[in-house]
Amino acid sequence: MALSNVVETPASGFNFENVSRNVALDGLLEGGHAKAPKPMKTGTTIAGVVCKDGVVLGADTRATSGEVVADKMCAKIHYISPNMYCCGAGTAADTEKTTDLLSSNLTIFSMTSGRNPRVVMAVNILQDMLFRYRGQIGASLILGGVDCTGNHLYTVGPYGSIDNVPYLAMGSGDLAALGILEDRFKPNMELEDAKELVRDAIHSGIMSDLGSGNNIDICVITKQGVDYIRPYQESEYKDKRQRRYKYRPGTTSILTEKIVPLELEVVQETVQRMDTA
Amino acid sequence: MNTRGLRSQLKDSVPVTGMGPQVGAYGVQDTLRSGFSSVKNELLPSHVLELSEKNFQLNQDKMNFSTLRNIQGLHAPLKLQMEYRAARQIQRLPFLQSSHLALDTLKGNDESISFEDILNDPAQSEMMGEPHIMVEYKLGMM
Repeated sequence: MALSNVVETPASGFNFENVSRNVALDGLLEGGHAKAPKPMKTGTTIAGVVCKDGVVLGADTRATSGEVVADKMCAKIHYISPNMYCCGAGTAADTEKTTDLLSSNLTIFSMTSGRNPRVVMAVNILQDMLFRYRGQIGASLILGGVDCTGNHLYTVGPYGSIDNVPYLAMGSGDLAALGILEDRFKPNMELEDAKELVRDAIHSGIMSDLGSGNNIDICVITKQGVDYIRPYQESEYKDKRQRRYKYRPGTTSILTEKIVPLELEVVQETVQRMDTA
Repeated sequence: MNTRGLRSQLKDSVPVTGMGPQVGAYGVQDTLRSGFSSVKNELLPSHVLELSEKNFQLNQDKMNFSTLRNIQGLHAPLKLQMEYRAARQIQRLPFLQSSHLALDTLKGNDESISFEDILNDPAQSEMMGEPHIMVEYKLGMM
């Protein structure tokens, strides 16, 4: 239906029409007692370590929404390109969408230029995007990858700040994880030692932080390829609920069986020729 | 390089374009088309990003052109702006969907994806404007 108050096509991108309405509604819901639902955060522990042959990234798998665990098997290590993976902490939707956009942009770039993207390019794209939105996109990311210039590990904060260091932890459990990393990190570690170190760092984050928990995922990126181990270690407190409630055939026993044959007699028969020319 | 000077950093003298009362004919607000006016809603942007997003493309272009002018001389931005102006004229009437293919290729938008391509796609907008009014607005007759 054509509206006469629309004089030009609406601009694409973010639409701020409902902001003043939302602010007004916030205090009105049930007389100020009920609030708008909180977005799902990944109160998290994520960590990364650069070792001799590549980069090891690790993350826990709990996603919280307020005080409730919203997802017990959340995947926090996102694919960016065949040689780069990114762990995300902060608002779950923001990290998902940002890494998706980054991955799409890098794919277009590698198709038009015929080159594999470098980690610095991904970091610069992320930095521009996050700074443009002044931190309203709540995504703290650890980006790790192997390219022609070597093994790199970068962190990007929600306002667009970056840091390039050999070992990192982010999220609500980062202080606990950083303690383990500071104690036992050595430059040029072997791959297995690096995996154990990251596992221990995430484990200490899980033990010391309420927002992290459940399983540990590890992602190992080397020149030869990527090994995404999900889960690397499962928590001992798994619940025993079934996911599927479908019953096996034969669960209900059959008591009686009665067969009634339907007698059909041919009343009329017509033949229609099909033209297959 | 920030060429705006110190005056623009004073809080109450930042020009808020697009936030003023919308004047229709006769210099007052057109109540029939845009509803009742509320001074508070019009003077202040309600979201932190509203203003910066509205002018983001313009500011980026300004910055890029001034850098280009400093590096290569005046001819470079002039030539580019001439091409943009020519490409911008290749479009359909305002109420129809135009592809902006030439303009997108010139600006480099065909090689990147951002929130402008995903959110609020004008091809899937739920509101359609009245064709005569849109053409009149575009031609400046309204």
